[in-house]
Amino acid sequence: MKQKRDVQQGTLALMVLKTLDVLGSLHGYGIARRIEQISGDLFSLNQGTLYPVLLRLEQEGAIASEWGPSENNRRARLYQLTRAGRKLLESEKCDWEQTAAIIAHFFEVKAEDLA
Amino acid sequence: MRALRRFFMRLLNVMTMCRSDERLREEMESHLMALTEENIRAGMTPHEARRHARLKFGAVEAVREHYHAEEGLPFVEIFLLDVRYAFRVLRKSPAFTVVAILTLMLGIGANVVVFGVLNAILLHPLEVKEPQSLFQIRHKPWMTGRLLTMSYPAFEDFRRRNATFSAMAGIYGYSHAKLSWQNTVISISGDEVTGDYFDLLGVQPQVGRFFHAADEHGPNSVPYVVLSDALWRSAFHADPGVVGAIVDLNKHPFTVVGVASAQFHGTERFEWPDYWMPMVNEQQVEGWDSLHNRASITVTVIGRLKPSVTPEQATDNLNAIAAELVKEYPETDNGQPLRLIHPGLIGDEGDVIRGFLWSVTALALLVLAAACANLSSLFAARTADRSRELALRVALGSSRWRLVRQLLTEAVLVSLMGGAAGLGSAYLLLGALNRWHPLVESHLVASMDARVYLAGLTFTFVSVLLCGLVPARQAWQSSPLQSLKNAPTEAMHLGRFALRDLLLGAQIAICTLLVTSSLVAVRGMVRALHVPLGFQPPGAMLVDMDLSQSEPSDGLVLEKQKAIIDAARSIPGVAAVGIVSRTPFTGGMHGIPVFRPGTTDFKLNKAALAPYVFQMSPGYLEAARTRLLSGRDVSWQDNPRTPYVAVVNQTFAQKMWGDSPAIGQHFIVSGQLTEVVGVVEDGKYHDLEEAPQPVVYQPYSQGDLGEAVFVVRSQRAPNEMAALERALSGVEPNVPIKVQSWLDSLDGELLPSRAATAALGAIGLLAAMLAVTGIFGMVTYSVSKRMKELGIRVALGARNVDIMSAAVGRPIFLLCVGSALGLLAGIFASRLLGQIVYQANPRDPVVVGGAVLTMALLGITASAIPARRALAVDPSKLMREE
Repeated sequence: MKQKRDVQQGTLALMVLKTLDVLGSLHGYGIARRIEQISGDLFSLNQGTLYPVLLRLEQEGAIASEWGPSENNRRARLYQLTRAGRKLLESEKCDWEQTAAIIAHFFEVKAEDLA
Repeated sequence: MRALRRFFMRLLNVMTMCRSDERLREEMESHLMALTEENIRAGMTPHEARRHARLKFGAVEAVREHYHAEEGLPFVEIFLLDVRYAFRVLRKSPAFTVVAILTLMLGIGANVVVFGVLNAILLHPLEVKEPQSLFQIRHKPWMTGRLLTMSYPAFEDFRRRNATFSAMAGIYGYSHAKLSWQNTVISISGDEVTGDYFDLLGVQPQVGRFFHAADEHGPNSVPYVVLSDALWRSAFHADPGVVGAIVDLNKHPFTVVGVASAQFHGTERFEWPDYWMPMVNEQQVEGWDSLHNRASITVTVIGRLKPSVTPEQATDNLNAIAAELVKEYPETDNGQPLRLIHPGLIGDEGDVIRGFLWSVTALALLVLAAACANLSSLFAARTADRSRELALRVALGSSRWRLVRQLLTEAVLVSLMGGAAGLGSAYLLLGALNRWHPLVESHLVASMDARVYLAGLTFTFVSVLLCGLVPARQAWQSSPLQSLKNAPTEAMHLGRFALRDLLLGAQIAICTLLVTSSLVAVRGMVRALHVPLGFQPPGAMLVDMDLSQSEPSDGLVLEKQKAIIDAARSIPGVAAVGIVSRTPFTGGMHGIPVFRPGTTDFKLNKAALAPYVFQMSPGYLEAARTRLLSGRDVSWQDNPRTPYVAVVNQTFAQKMWGDSPAIGQHFIVSGQLTEVVGVVEDGKYHDLEEAPQPVVYQPYSQGDLGEAVFVVRSQRAPNEMAALERALSGVEPNVPIKVQSWLDSLDGELLPSRAATAALGAIGLLAAMLAVTGIFGMVTYSVSKRMKELGIRVALGARNVDIMSAAVGRPIFLLCVGSALGLLAGIFASRLLGQIVYQANPRDPVVVGGAVLTMALLGITASAIPARRALAVDPSKLMREE
């Protein structure tokens, strides 16, 4: 059985941003679903923990929210990426890729490369 | 940027108390519903679907709490909660709150006032450029008196020859003049200064310009005067057009060139000159000049050190020059070593003032320490009372840190209120102090500036730390299990004593120390004030009426003065009238060398003595009530054509001729062989603390007719000033007359002693009050804690003595130990005090007895009420209650 993983600190916000970037306007349940879908059910997410993160991002001005109809015509809070959020996503993505590249590089290095 | 935005959003939420509970609830509901629907679609039963949805979502309450924490600022919210709770707790025990705030108010208020004065006198820099490189050259006294001055030619030599000062200036600070301008004549006093004075100090005028060294071309070449801001406002209505106007100073025309800024008042903190004029024009204003006389030592010298020169190098340099001058001018210059001091506090008096202020500061800090010890034990007692509540809270899951924060908030709140009250009362007190007449005259303004507020704040926070930490530690260490069991345990024990006992002991020791010090000081001061002065100011008036400026010849002046004496004597009630060149305690006095008969070499180091010399008219001794011990008073028949005579005091007679009678003996003063015709009692002349000084009184009619003050003794002295003024202006209508009672004129001299006594007395009083509240609080608390035990004892047949010893035994024991320690410390500390307060003797039995008695009385007073409560214990009632 696959070991499910906890979300790493701070990465949840990045996932939320990317999800909204790809799918546009979305409600909390939708975001949670997408994240699970994309991560291939690899980690367990207490979906409730999403809401404090959403609030935080909204306070930082990275996303905006408003009431609107959901797919099945229920009232739902719809979240959307703002311009500042897009910029934030860009820079976070850059950082993340850089970090990942450096770490990857470390793993690839063999003893003879350093001789 | 993002963090800032987020912070403001959160802050806004806290401030507006806006909560989006509704929104979160709705979002969570729809989320759960969506999850449930999905589960149903996946084939679960509705019940199972809902359960799985909730599992998937996580704990709703935890999410909500997390959400709220993100929404607001939890730290601030909890803080506000703590503050609100602390307010409620404090309101529940108003007596404690009021006592605590009052205690801190006294402690902090006293410190702020002391710091305010310290700030005004010592910490506030002089209003000149770079005061730290400015020095005054102190000539060690080569004669009696506190000489700060040198002769003008010597000053010139030092200025020209030194290699260590970038500039040097001379000051003569006792210049007096009649200023006449547009038909009004006022009497003013100021400084005569050398040309580079203003440039050296680096100050700028507010109107016009200052004079400079380049303006000087020999005697009387610079008829310029610079006005002080105060004189400019009072006499010239602050008219900027006065620059360029010609005013008369003692009938000589001077051009007003500028007005000094309002803050600038020379280099002495307590002196506010009305004007500054060039020293080269001294002759016009004073009638004499000392520009070429090496024996006339009138010039105070200040200098600015070159940037890289140390004061030690400069001192060595000056002393080398002094050694050269001895060789060149053996008659007058004696090569006494020089040293540098910081100007501002009348030369070396500064040491005394500084020492006194720092010791008062230390004592005031001790008051604060005692206040904090007091509060600390009060807080500790309260915390012990609440140990069950605290234990319950810990048991229910509150963190200890949270409890400590809660208790600290209470301490902070009390301290802040106490600090605010202290600052407020200090503000009022300093305001009153500034309006107090003798201080108004000395222009000393102890105002509440930023530094004083900062000090107040610091005192407050120190007291927070001191009184908050003990209960906090108690809470930290409290064990819920122990406290929840029925036994209310003492929170902290150090050996056999609770921490509270130690605090009380320390507090009593500090208070005893303070009471002892202030008793020592007050007693010393009272003694100093009752030193025989050698004259009796009560019932006498001083008339300042300078005839020498209005009359061209000495003979006429003398006639006028005789006429005035006669006119004054004819006023009903007047008992005696006399003239003296200057009354005692008017400053600037220095000794005049006298020689034994037969001396041919009149070098200063050959002088037999250097007494103060006064000129007086017949009748002065009677008017001043100075007792003539033997011989006769001077008379109008003593004049320059008759043999020179003098009256001397006992010290002079004793030092010159030992036990053999002085009458008929001779000595040489000012080049005249003089015969002693009378001996008067000793007195005080320059200041209250001086050792017995030799004094010579010459007949006014044989002297040089310089300054003159009329002393009028009348049975109706205080009420007769107007009549006196009327009568005298009838004799001499064109001369300004100033009449004041002798006592009033001495205010300035007695002020430091009185102020010091008042300050130390107040501190002693504060300490006594703190001791009372401390003991009272402690005894009351322990009695109330032990009511039940006392009740049982009474029921079992304990006698009153046993009850008393149980109730107040420990506080009394602490009182004894604390007092003994405090007394010992006081005796050692007072030795320091003795250097500042004259005649202070800490081993004085009256002081020791007084301190013991005071502490005993305080202890009895403070424990009487709780002890009576303990005695009145009614066991049956108590038993029923529990």
